[in-house]
Amino acid sequence: MNTALSNLCLAATTSGDFAPIGALTLYHFLFVSAAMFAVGVIGFVSRRNLIIMFLCTEMMFQAAGIALIAFSRYHLNHTGEVFVIFVLTIAAAEAALALALVVWTFRRKATLDAAAWSEMAG
Amino acid sequence: MSEPAGILGFMTLAAEGGHGAASSGGPAWFAAVPLLPLAASILCGLTIAFRVKTKLPAVITVAALAVSFGVTVAGFLSWSNAGHATQIADIYEWIGVSWGSDAGQTLSAKFGFYMDGLSWLWMLFVTGLATLIALYASEYMGHDVGKGYGRFFAAFALFVFSMACLVMGDNLILLYLGWEGVGLCSYLLIGYFFQKPSAVAAAKKAFIVNRIGDLGLAVGIFLTFVTFGTVEYGPLFEMVRQGVDAAGRPLSGQWQEWVIPCLLMIGAFGKSAQFPLYVWLPDAMEGPTPVSALIHAATMVTAGVYLIARTMPLFLLDDSHFALTIVAWTGTITALLAATIGMAQFDIKRIMAYSTVSQLGYMFAGLGVLTSVGAAFHVFTHAFFKALLFLACGAVMHGFAGQLDLRRLSGVQKMPGWRIVGLTMLVGCLNLAGFPLITSGYFSKDMILAQAFTTPGEVIAGSRWIGWILLFTAGLTAYYTFRVYFRVFVGPQHFEPGEELHAADHDHHGGHDDHGGHARDAAHGHDGAHDFHPHPPGWAINSVLVILAACSFLAIPTYFMMTEHHGWVGSMVHSSTAFVESPGSHHVEGAHAERLGTFLGMDPHKVMYYVSGLVGFIGIGIAWFLHLSGRTGAATSRADALLPMLGPVPRWAQNKWYVDEFYEAVIRLPLWVLASLFHWFDKLVIDGLVDLCGLLPRWFARAIRPSQSGVLQGYAVGMAGGLAVILVIVLIVMGANV
Repeated sequence: MNTALSNLCLAATTSGDFAPIGALTLYHFLFVSAAMFAVGVIGFVSRRNLIIMFLCTEMMFQAAGIALIAFSRYHLNHTGEVFVIFVLTIAAAEAALALALVVWTFRRKATLDAAAWSEMAG
Repeated sequence: MSEPAGILGFMTLAAEGGHGAASSGGPAWFAAVPLLPLAASILCGLTIAFRVKTKLPAVITVAALAVSFGVTVAGFLSWSNAGHATQIADIYEWIGVSWGSDAGQTLSAKFGFYMDGLSWLWMLFVTGLATLIALYASEYMGHDVGKGYGRFFAAFALFVFSMACLVMGDNLILLYLGWEGVGLCSYLLIGYFFQKPSAVAAAKKAFIVNRIGDLGLAVGIFLTFVTFGTVEYGPLFEMVRQGVDAAGRPLSGQWQEWVIPCLLMIGAFGKSAQFPLYVWLPDAMEGPTPVSALIHAATMVTAGVYLIARTMPLFLLDDSHFALTIVAWTGTITALLAATIGMAQFDIKRIMAYSTVSQLGYMFAGLGVLTSVGAAFHVFTHAFFKALLFLACGAVMHGFAGQLDLRRLSGVQKMPGWRIVGLTMLVGCLNLAGFPLITSGYFSKDMILAQAFTTPGEVIAGSRWIGWILLFTAGLTAYYTFRVYFRVFVGPQHFEPGEELHAADHDHHGGHDDHGGHARDAAHGHDGAHDFHPHPPGWAINSVLVILAACSFLAIPTYFMMTEHHGWVGSMVHSSTAFVESPGSHHVEGAHAERLGTFLGMDPHKVMYYVSGLVGFIGIGIAWFLHLSGRTGAATSRADALLPMLGPVPRWAQNKWYVDEFYEAVIRLPLWVLASLFHWFDKLVIDGLVDLCGLLPRWFARAIRPSQSGVLQGYAVGMAGGLAVILVIVLIVMGANV
């Protein structure tokens, strides 16, 4: 699987910008990444539940991770993959913090609605 | 007192380090004269810090001043034995600045003493009177023990220190230090009753009016330094004697020779309450009476006379005597003006204040008509009898709960316990009125009057008119002096207590409850307050009054000592920088005598004995006729029937010729308008610009503030939108590249 993927990618580089239909190319991965990111942004903007909004930010994180791994594979170096490992680690820590904040905000306002925190308006 | 010994030892050591003076070096123990009062002032300050509730501050002050007076006498005797040569005692280098090696590029002022006849004369009566008046004040200020007592004596002793620096200093800078020091102490003591708005206003008035004069003195000292390159009397007067400035150029005909004396003169006019700067002195009577007696009658106000006498060589540089003519005429106008105001006042302390202004005018006129001896002698005699008059008035004020109105007191002398006050008051009044032969005031006033007629008009312009005006003023003086005596001290007995009885809530004189003990044998007023008894003075006040009365008699024989110099005071002035060869002082014969003035064709010095005595008699007689003979009550006298004949003039005089109102309109009002204009300019324009600078960021912020909506999604949209914009730009740029 891994070899096949790399061959396909190689084929994509050697055979020009457009890969044959049915083959997985870099663009498929970038499309998935972009789609996930867009879903995350739309979810973040449209929902008011703090936990959902937090999950949306996680989705945007992972979208960026997919893009990084795709480029890493495409260029055949491991920098991007290593970077994603770091991102995952930090995201785990950040998730713990963020969820703690969510719990704390819930205790203060007894709601998860983000609009409850709008008194910081200028 | 082990302390003086310590100070003396220290000072002797310090002096050995100093270098020799031009004249014979004086011993450093002279420094005890100013330093003992300074130590007393510091100790009085400590008694305040430790909340001493006894008369300890008075004990400290009287003891220190008495020792200081003793040191002065010892110093005077040693100076006399040394042959009257000027002694300069350098204590330490006080100010030493050098910015080049040329003449006039080094400013040096030592803390040192220039002791000649003039300094000793002044210090003898300053320390002597200060001791006596401090003793008087120990009883007079008794109500304030534990309250303002320490503060009073701290300022009192500090005043004596400042006055000693002023008089003894061997340079103009030390004189200026003392000059400002006495001004400060005067301010503090006038404002002693600081709960009283009028006292605070009077203190400020004295300080601010003195500022005008002090500016003249300061500029005069600067100009002296710029011209002569030194402020020390020794080198300065040597240069003046040679008539050259610091660079050796002759001064004759230069502008400095009349500008410097004029500036110094303005300083003297401020401190000595001369026209037009005299307005502060009558108001200064808001201070406690001992302060009025010492500072505002006997010593501080004579500092101006001292300044002109000390710098007399500078005044004589100018052959046209421009500055001295102004001094003579200012003194004459002040003498007349103050005497006319004094005639119409009803507050006996105010009358004495105007009398002081008037007598200071005599002294300035004396300096102006070239008899520094007469001026110094009048300062000397006036110091005793005017202090006596003030202290006697103060005893009355003290005993009658602050009553000073001569229409509400009468026949005080006959009340039990008031005999000494009345008799000593009579002595003071006779001196002030110039009663012939038995009073010292008669001899000192005569000396000035006679010299005014002797000095030719081409030396001092209009000197004869000065003489006539002063002679007329002498009559007015006799009248207003005895108006007080005949109204208050003799005649039918009557009194009304002053306001301090009713104002028991006044902190400063609240202790009247203890008067009952003193007043067991006191006289009862015919219609006085029901439960008020005047309390006659105790031993401290009475003994001081008697000593001062004796001193004013003892000043008479000094006139007949050393007749070649016109008295002991003359001999003192003769061996000082104040000496000036008065025209006609040595009875010259022949053609030279023709130039001298005469009085009704005779020698003024001889004929004035009779004329001024007669004028004094007339003044006393008029006062007797108008204010004593046939008077049945305290409030009215025969004078009241005659006043309407004079029309509005008495009212004008009572209102001080509206001089204060004139200053209000001509000086204070324009300044107030100007200040208001600046105030509004400051408030509207300057503050407006500053406020505008503060408002600009606020307006800008108001425009962009809605972007901070506080809604989380709004920020997210902003970020996403921003990212989208950047992407679009990148795409366009890359598209252009492709």
